[in-house]
Amino acid sequence: MPFLVLGIVTIAFLITTVTKGDPLTAIVAEQQMSNPEVVAAAKARWGLDRPLPERYMIYLGNLLSGDLGTSFITKRNVGTDILYRLPATLELVFAAMIFGTTLGIVLGVLAAYFRNSLIDHGARLFALFGSSLPVFWSGLGLLFIFSVTLNWLPGPGRVDARLALPPGITGFLTIDSLLAGDWTVFKDALWHLLLPAFVLGWTVSGTISRLVRANMLDVMSREFVLTARAKGASEFRVVIVHALRNTMVPTLTVIGYSFAYLITGAVLTETIFSWPGMGSYAVEAARALDFPAIIGVTIVGGLAFLITNLITDILYVVANPRVRLS
Amino acid sequence: MSAQIYSAQSGAVDKAGERAPLLSIRGLRVGFRRAGDQFEAVRGIDLDVAKGEVVGIVGESGSGKSVGMLAALGLTSKNAVVTGSVRFNGDELVGKPAREMRKIRGARIAMIFQDPLSSLNPVMTVGAQIAEAVRLHQRVTRKQAMARAVELLHLVAIPQPERRVNQYPHEFSGGMRQRAVIAMAVANDPDLLIADEPTTALDVTVQAQILSVLRSLQERLGLGLVLITHDLGVVAGHADRVAVVYSGRVVEQAGVSELFADPRHPYTRGLIASIPNLEESRERLFSIDGSPPALGRLPGGCAFHPRCIYAEARCRAEDPPLHDIGGRFSACHFATTLPPFHSAVLATASLDNGSVAP
Repeated sequence: MPFLVLGIVTIAFLITTVTKGDPLTAIVAEQQMSNPEVVAAAKARWGLDRPLPERYMIYLGNLLSGDLGTSFITKRNVGTDILYRLPATLELVFAAMIFGTTLGIVLGVLAAYFRNSLIDHGARLFALFGSSLPVFWSGLGLLFIFSVTLNWLPGPGRVDARLALPPGITGFLTIDSLLAGDWTVFKDALWHLLLPAFVLGWTVSGTISRLVRANMLDVMSREFVLTARAKGASEFRVVIVHALRNTMVPTLTVIGYSFAYLITGAVLTETIFSWPGMGSYAVEAARALDFPAIIGVTIVGGLAFLITNLITDILYVVANPRVRLS
Repeated sequence: MSAQIYSAQSGAVDKAGERAPLLSIRGLRVGFRRAGDQFEAVRGIDLDVAKGEVVGIVGESGSGKSVGMLAALGLTSKNAVVTGSVRFNGDELVGKPAREMRKIRGARIAMIFQDPLSSLNPVMTVGAQIAEAVRLHQRVTRKQAMARAVELLHLVAIPQPERRVNQYPHEFSGGMRQRAVIAMAVANDPDLLIADEPTTALDVTVQAQILSVLRSLQERLGLGLVLITHDLGVVAGHADRVAVVYSGRVVEQAGVSELFADPRHPYTRGLIASIPNLEESRERLFSIDGSPPALGRLPGGCAFHPRCIYAEARCRAEDPPLHDIGGRFSACHFATTLPPFHSAVLATASLDNGSVAP
């Protein structure tokens, strides 16, 4: 694990050095670029005049004390920036995953149980659209329908800017407002969350429902399902308690993977819905060649992968007793 | 035909000692619809099982012996069409609503399957699975059900049941798993246990143990036991009565000693002749020519006639019904006129034809 983290840091660091762009353009105003004094001063200020290995060692040293460096653009500590952005993304991703996983599992189970029926075909169509429609298309389309035309849901953003926000405890607006007992903010945040969470969750539910369907079909033909029926168990019990539990290992893998992917992969959704999260932060950083921010985002994304993988591995043990031996 | 069958039933009842049969199957048919076509896997099974009786059902794989029993319990897949009559304690099971069938399955009639590896849920402890069977039919607490699970594991002679009850199926050996499956089946003191090839997937030594567990339970609990098998040896050693199934129909039914001493259907004769025999040294093991007809491709007349060494013109035209030949039943036109049976004779006859299958 520590080696993996070091690897992520190193690669993230090296990637920025091999990119063609000159970070100085982000720091120094265009008119000043021809002024060698200003350029030299900027280089010295950000340590860009030192050799690469030295910069790497300094970065590692700072990282050990929790310092991710200072953003060229915001001039704030990257760690602070990320801590401000991460909860917004996590809230969105959690909501999307809860929605997408539930829907995916329910659709997958129904599709497998009523194979080749209208439900099956409907679920397949829904999954196909979910995983093949680009989010910038479905997101904009849904925004247009529900926000612009029908006016049922608010437009982009995380919350109505006019509302006074509750104290940030978890960073999740919905939870913080609940903790503070502020129903207005809670409702507003929830309404804002609905569309982007649906758009993200839709893509996830497509993958999960196809996977669950395939695995359910496999498991439902196994003999222990027949045994359960022969015992007199109800169909609901047979499907949920006996069959579905046996499809959980591959499903967990995909859930974990999707979760980690969404933390940095929600870029388009965050951009469309003006969601102040990691994705939009990463886009801004990349556009401005803000290297410290890029490295910071990469590291956090990598860590998110590692942590979700670890959690997935732990959940495997719960889902599959055969793993427990080793 | 039906008149003949009902007289047949009364004969079976007399044999079982004036009791009404526990399970009485008449004209059971199971068809499957697949891509517009319809196949009949079971083409009319008649069978009686009395209380406390052990009935063997013998037949090749694909003969419809398992499907027939699954259909009797309402366990066939959704595309199956089941017709005929299955009476359990006088209660008609065919067409019974699923909710009521669930109350019978596992409580009054239990069924166990061939492969103990896959008939237990890999992600639930063995105890939880037995306790589930208990709790599905009895109003007891979780704790009481687990205590009963330990008791049941003890009953099927699993050592250290208190420890075993919390283990998962993969921690059990094949024979132990089948014991656990049996424990689960008898959890609610059923009247009838249907065992579908219960020993096929097991080692020979373990097979004997499982059969003796089944027999001792059957005697102790007074179970009616249906042993579905392709192994005539199992039937010879354990069944009171045998039904031989060929191509979806019962072709012969008789008491076990009668059947082995004097089989009255050519297919039964072929089956018995193909049991390896240590006393008579034969160069080749006998086997019946040809293979069973594929589903939906039955020959006209008697389904067995293309493979039958006694077949005549009549067999190609007329499908013989299962008829009473004196307290036993055979579905052969020549049931009463077949020559005396000797397995070696049959083998020689086949060799003379020069058409012995390898």
